[in-house]
Amino acid sequence: MAADSYEDVVKNKESIPALEVAPQDLYHAKSFWTKYIFCQDAKVIGIQYGLTAVAIGLVGLVSSWLMRMQIAFPGLIPMDAAQYYQLVTMHGMIMVVYLLTALFLGGFGNYLIPLMVGARDMVFPYVNMVSFWVFFLAVIILASSYFVPGGPTGAGWTLYPPQAITSGTPGGDGLGIVLMLVSLAVFVIGFTMGGLNYVITVLQARTRGMTLMRLPLTVWGIFTATVLALFAFPALFVAGIMMTLDNMLGTSFFMPAIIQFGEKLTHEGGSPILFQHLFWFFGHPEVYIVALPAFGIVSDLISVHARKNIFGYRMMVWAIVIIGGLSFVVWAHHMYVAGMNPWFGFFFATTTLIIAVPTAIKVYNWVLTLWRGNIKLTLPMLFSIAFIITFVNGGLTGLFLGNVAVDVPLSDTYFVVAHFHMVMGIAPVLVILGSVYHWFPLITGRFLNERLGKIHFWVTFIGSYSIYFPMHYLGFMGVTRRYFEVFEGEAFTYSITGINQFITVAALVTGAAQFLFIYNIIVSSKFGKKAGKNPWKACSLEWRTKDVPPTHGNFDKELPVVYRWAYDYSVPGADEDYITQDTPPSAVANARAEQT
Amino acid sequence: MFVVLLVLIVILGSVVFHMVSPWWWSEIASNWVGMDDTIILTFWITGAVFVAIGLFMAYCIWKFRYDKDKKAEYEPENSKLEWTLTILTTIGVIALLAPGLIVWNNFVTVPKGAYEIEVVGQQWGWMYRLPGKDGVLGTTSIKNIDDDNPFGLNTDDPYSLDDVLVDADDLHILLDRPLKLNLRALDVLHDFYVPQFRAKMDMVPGTITYYWFTPIKTGEYEILCAEYCGTGHYAMLGYVYVDEQKEYDEWVDEQMTFEEVLASNGKSDLIKIALNKKNDL
Repeated sequence: MAADSYEDVVKNKESIPALEVAPQDLYHAKSFWTKYIFCQDAKVIGIQYGLTAVAIGLVGLVSSWLMRMQIAFPGLIPMDAAQYYQLVTMHGMIMVVYLLTALFLGGFGNYLIPLMVGARDMVFPYVNMVSFWVFFLAVIILASSYFVPGGPTGAGWTLYPPQAITSGTPGGDGLGIVLMLVSLAVFVIGFTMGGLNYVITVLQARTRGMTLMRLPLTVWGIFTATVLALFAFPALFVAGIMMTLDNMLGTSFFMPAIIQFGEKLTHEGGSPILFQHLFWFFGHPEVYIVALPAFGIVSDLISVHARKNIFGYRMMVWAIVIIGGLSFVVWAHHMYVAGMNPWFGFFFATTTLIIAVPTAIKVYNWVLTLWRGNIKLTLPMLFSIAFIITFVNGGLTGLFLGNVAVDVPLSDTYFVVAHFHMVMGIAPVLVILGSVYHWFPLITGRFLNERLGKIHFWVTFIGSYSIYFPMHYLGFMGVTRRYFEVFEGEAFTYSITGINQFITVAALVTGAAQFLFIYNIIVSSKFGKKAGKNPWKACSLEWRTKDVPPTHGNFDKELPVVYRWAYDYSVPGADEDYITQDTPPSAVANARAEQT
Repeated sequence: MFVVLLVLIVILGSVVFHMVSPWWWSEIASNWVGMDDTIILTFWITGAVFVAIGLFMAYCIWKFRYDKDKKAEYEPENSKLEWTLTILTTIGVIALLAPGLIVWNNFVTVPKGAYEIEVVGQQWGWMYRLPGKDGVLGTTSIKNIDDDNPFGLNTDDPYSLDDVLVDADDLHILLDRPLKLNLRALDVLHDFYVPQFRAKMDMVPGTITYYWFTPIKTGEYEILCAEYCGTGHYAMLGYVYVDEQKEYDEWVDEQMTFEEVLASNGKSDLIKIALNKKNDL
């Protein structure tokens, strides 16, 4: 713990540990193929991940438009029930796994981890490159299921057997479900290669002086999420393999004896609920795989743009770690009414509500970072504010669904749809959007257009809130989800047609605004205002590279040495309102920093 | 400073929407008032937190907006404040969890005097089975299911013969009597859900699940399938009629017992075997 105390550093410069391994030279690509296609530079790989995820994400976005059209204006776009359920399924799976997981871990993880910990690259650049191409293959397999007879699977993104692999479900007796499961398995393989890289880089390749408790929260969020993913994805992997065996070889892991449309199937003795346990043992940590990077990144955005250290850094780190740990003992709250032993409800309701405590601490600390800050209302800050509101809303509705007795009337209704879209759809996406505005000047050397950005922000935030806030009320009424034709019955106190049409219009507009954002990215990367070095005056190392945008190897001949945490904003006595992490104490002799 | 306005509009707009919204649950028709009450309690506690955080944030954004001559306050940590907030949150969580668990305990504890009905789900419709005079549902197996025996009853089970079989989407139940629904699915997952009863539970092939409730209002209620079950999920509808004893008895009398179904299909040999078994008891 030599370098941990600020006084130690000031008194004794040698407290910065010596190099443990001699600097190693990287493999520098020479040809076009090794520089841009099979590239080993984590920054390029991050952008490859990002572009691929966004490309398939647009398929998910258009799917949601079509679904909403069917719900609000049936018949306007001709589709049958099977196609509707295929849209539902592909939208869900694409958004959760292929967009959000890939973008946060593969995209942001690759781009930011080496830069932020002060490394030249990931520790295994070659494996990292392979990781992306395996992910790319998974996306191709997924997309190919649109072109096979019967089309993609329409089993719902949870893929519950027996329906997922039987003939009453679109793609259930064809190639649709096979390709979905194969694609997921390939995804997990690709992710494991990348994930091990991210974890080992954070643990082993930090620069001198970069103790764990000096890491930016972005790195803590992505690191913890990756650890979760490495433990959670194997459950999905085996569940997928077992279901494929049930489907192709007639085993009975998840298939009891059933009779379907008058025909007795050959399976016997399997348990559909076993699949649900495996799925949610992956599926619940998956929520935090998406949420924790968002938590980390938004902490940094708020701190930089409020010119104030993140409030309660140590508590924030512990909250991330505790949330990550707890996320493995709450999975069955997705199954309160799934027919498992009802006594499980007591345990899982308790663990689930305990998670509310560290999560609430994070929210308090974000808001307390704004308190007595010096808040610049830049686009990243605007998206962070929108994130806090959305996340608080979605988090609080989680207290309804997590509390087992309250979940009974609300489960399988639109309340659930509204809740999870708020908390793990819109909230993380708002962080992604904010962080693109934040790091675009680093990636391209130019700012995104501010005016277009403002329009994008207003439409996205007001639009998405208008989609999901009213939707909760459909759930209170008991409107069941996954209905191809909206059911207007006596059970409901008021017509739900009007509110559904409102939601659909909001969804169309909000979705369209994302194309404006993409337009902004394309145009600004060429013609945007030049940014220069460290335009936001941030403390963390990614802005301390030799060149902007950073080139292969990231830093100058010498790696930066770190003397302080990533949040020395507005330190009393300092000349500037920020002190970068690699500024030695002697350079800011008058600054009275308390925490390092 | 439009952003401050935006935050205020979103926060206060949510409150106003809640107050004027005509979209709310229909009047409860079962004993699960506790579920509604817990939702209301959760609503007030979480609503207060939502408004408090939102308003505080709006205040911060306005009050501490950027001024190049000012510097943000420097305070890395404040243990006292952090622990106070942690403890307050913990108290709030306990206040939500405790009543929730009490209601759940009631939900999973079937009262002794409850009578039983079996609900059978299959793609894409409902069937029902009443235990008949002996008050016991006969055992079943998927293997037994055929055109003559759509429920798959074991013919050698002495409790089977008097079971009342309802091969239709509509069900009648008794007012003010606790009812345990035994839930069975023949093919994939389903979920027997009546919004006014609030309760639901998935039906899982290969196992029998259950829930109980007491209907407290006569009337006609729609059944919705609440667990995705394939292409026809949205069309898996039916009706429950909550009856007084007299109407209920009339309805039961119109239904056929398993013995009558077998007889009408000319399977008197099977009946004989079953009756012998019953006499052995």
